[in-house]
Amino acid sequence: MAFLEIGLKETIEHGSFTDNSPATFSLTDEDHTIANVVRFTLNQDPRVTFCGYSIPHPLEARVNIIVQTTGDPAREVLKDACQNLMLMCRHVRCTFDKAVEDFKASNVVKAMKIDSQDSSGDDSEESE
Amino acid sequence: MGQLPPHLELQRSRVSCNKDAPIHTESIQYSGAYASMGIDNSSRLDRFSNNFRVEVVRLNEDDMEFDMIGIDAAIANSFRRILIAELPTMAIEKVLIANNTSIIQDEVLAHRLGLVPIRVDPRLFLAIVENDQPNEKNTIVFKLHVQCKRGSPRITVKSDALKWLPNGSELVKETRNATSDSSSKPETYTYFCCSQETIPEFVKNPIIPKYPDIIIAKLGPGQEIELEAYAVKGIRKTHAKWSPVATAWYRMLPEVVLLEDIEDDLAEELKSKCPVNLFDIEDLGKGRRATVARPRACTLCRECIRGDDWEKRVALHRVKDHFIFTIESTGALPPEVLFTEAVKILEDKCERMITELS
Repeated sequence: MAFLEIGLKETIEHGSFTDNSPATFSLTDEDHTIANVVRFTLNQDPRVTFCGYSIPHPLEARVNIIVQTTGDPAREVLKDACQNLMLMCRHVRCTFDKAVEDFKASNVVKAMKIDSQDSSGDDSEESE
Repeated sequence: MGQLPPHLELQRSRVSCNKDAPIHTESIQYSGAYASMGIDNSSRLDRFSNNFRVEVVRLNEDDMEFDMIGIDAAIANSFRRILIAELPTMAIEKVLIANNTSIIQDEVLAHRLGLVPIRVDPRLFLAIVENDQPNEKNTIVFKLHVQCKRGSPRITVKSDALKWLPNGSELVKETRNATSDSSSKPETYTYFCCSQETIPEFVKNPIIPKYPDIIIAKLGPGQEIELEAYAVKGIRKTHAKWSPVATAWYRMLPEVVLLEDIEDDLAEELKSKCPVNLFDIEDLGKGRRATVARPRACTLCRECIRGDDWEKRVALHRVKDHFIFTIESTGALPPEVLFTEAVKILEDKCERMITELS
């Protein structure tokens, strides 16, 4: 799918070579849209002791995400959080599509019922 | 897994809307928040999958209202932000004006043309990059040629005067190169290899502005407008004309709880106080009692808890994980498709983050 890129995207990890459990990830060309959700998913992970995000300056599209874990490398934990988020999104999409289909189907049945008001007979197999 | 005591459960799952201000508005996300009680607050994927539900309330061609239950405010807000700002649409970007003798200035006319919503599926087009030539895969060409003859009354130029040119631009470029091969096709400002009419989606639905009655300009006698407009793909972050939704918003489900039995006169008073008629009076044998009939319609005006003592009788809450989403589309895509695309964009962002971290 053609993506509309505004500027070059990059991610910089600020951390220490010896201890890789706390780290700060600086993402360019991102804003609250992705940072808040990632922060939420990180919080749900029991391996995370502290996480947060900040936007250093509102005119510059850059986000700093801080992660501190109970020993696991911060990069892995962040990747797992993104994976979880992707799976959640996929589940949301499936549930939503199914709900829309069910709604459209039940509307069709309702229209049919109104049309065939005279003809008796139970055409309500697809009740919701 | 144990249950939280009721007051903590209320704090965790409801926003209490008191008379002066709401409290407990932030969601308790930390996985170890209730660790001392032995309760795991982390939402693992399986629990999310089991609890998450979507219920569609209203679905029209242009707007929809649906409920999302079991999701957090952070994710709902992300969807809302993506719906508003990051879904690509087509809108007029370049306007080549051949003749404009109307009183509307060139740039004002071009600005107005850019804001006209176009009924076309933006997923069928590619985004145009800096040095790309406009071709049939990334540009839509419209033509506007209106003239008000001398002696005739003033005319209003509406958006249905914009005609789609599936074969590309008709304005010929002036080439100084006289020795260039005299090809049968003179060079125009776009480089269409084939007509856009051959694409099957456009055979059934030709590309037109969504609303044919948008006033673009007004012409007096003797005035003329002749121009070509090129529409390209963009997102609302760049300019508001590329917005796929008129707006998209959500609210949390309101909950009205009667803390004690409200009878007779008090019940009548409560019913008359509420401007949206939430409460109903049910007739018991020995008296009348108030019940909450339509909590969803509550606008949280707090009329029912105004006055002495009413706060002890009625409590207003909002359910923190039940969102009533409303999406109003401008017409390019139907609203349910817009939401699905927004979720896909969030997935793509996560995927990009994962690839960058590896």
